[in-house]
Amino acid sequence: MKEERLRSLLIRGLAGDAAAYRNFLSELTVHLRSFLRRRLARLPEEVEDLVQELLLSIHNQRHTYDRAQPLTAWVQAIARYKLIDLLRRRSRTNGLHDPLDDDHDLFAAADGHAAEARYDLAKLLQQLPDRQRLPIQYVKIEGSSVADAAKRTGMSESAVKVGIHRGLKALAARIRSIA
Amino acid sequence: MKTEDWVSLLAAGVEPIDAKRTARRQLLAIIVGLLGALALTGGILRLNPALSHAVMEPMFWVREAYCAALALLGFAAVARLARPGIRLGFVPAGIGTVVLVMWIFAAAVLLTAPAQNRSHLFFGTTAGVCPFLIAMVAGPLLISFLWVLRDLAPTRLRLAGAAAGFAAGSLGALVYSLHCPELAAPFFGTWYLLGMLIPTSLGAWLGPRLVRW
Repeated sequence: MKEERLRSLLIRGLAGDAAAYRNFLSELTVHLRSFLRRRLARLPEEVEDLVQELLLSIHNQRHTYDRAQPLTAWVQAIARYKLIDLLRRRSRTNGLHDPLDDDHDLFAAADGHAAEARYDLAKLLQQLPDRQRLPIQYVKIEGSSVADAAKRTGMSESAVKVGIHRGLKALAARIRSIA
Repeated sequence: MKTEDWVSLLAAGVEPIDAKRTARRQLLAIIVGLLGALALTGGILRLNPALSHAVMEPMFWVREAYCAALALLGFAAVARLARPGIRLGFVPAGIGTVVLVMWIFAAAVLLTAPAQNRSHLFFGTTAGVCPFLIAMVAGPLLISFLWVLRDLAPTRLRLAGAAAGFAAGSLGALVYSLHCPELAAPFFGTWYLLGMLIPTSLGAWLGPRLVRW
């Protein structure tokens, strides 16, 4: 069964098995995408952004998964929370950009364009402070070990791990504040 | 960035999660919050000088059990609401039952007492300050329980904040009782509960502001 398979992949991932964890996220992506497509029918261009934001949230909050709990309930609660958050943010910005003048379309188009650029995670990562950006760059993008990253940055190994953790949390906060 | 690449990035070099970390942090939050509440009670309010006599009274222990039961239920609510997809379960009914049992008991005490004593049983000598002092003592606990929520992932922020406030209020009331001389059920069935509801409302207000993720 799908639930059982994903659950066992996640539990192996939580134990530090990166390959299982990668499969978990990758198989989950398909479900998240269809979950969001159905609910964001009017905002199709938002779907992939929110899929990525959701993956980040699930990753950042993975320590809140209780192994005795159905995985579906956990993922759905996170997805629903993030979806509501997105719609709330949208309605706030739409409220600001709702003047009845002729330039409305022009502004809207420019806004959509900026939103695309702002959503580029690679660019957002570059804006993090060095003590977060470099550990993520070395370990998560280049695939170095934590020990290597520590040597290259002159940071301690635990500082590298903390940098990755805080960096990804800061990234989520940034997405939230600009979207 | 393509979603596929993003998945690879997130999974790369992933560290094992310590399954006991959350429990350890919750324990730490309770201890630090309790120390703060004890410092306020012992330092600013002073312990009840008649405490050594009061502990001989059965009503002393009824009061402590009342506060402790609500604190346990409150903390169970915090721990559940802090995790996505976990339901509150028995907690609301548990809190309702404890409060209801105390009110029935308090009503019985009032009805069986001589009429001229009833006002004192209800108001004691400290009703005017009791809820506010409980709210003050609960302050450090509220901060530490909100810190617990921030580390986890509550999806119902207002309710989770209220639960943190209720847990802080009831545990705060338990600590405050070391100062408080009142031992009548109508008193603590009313004024203690009001004291717990002050941090509960504050928590409900702070939740959506402080624990978004």
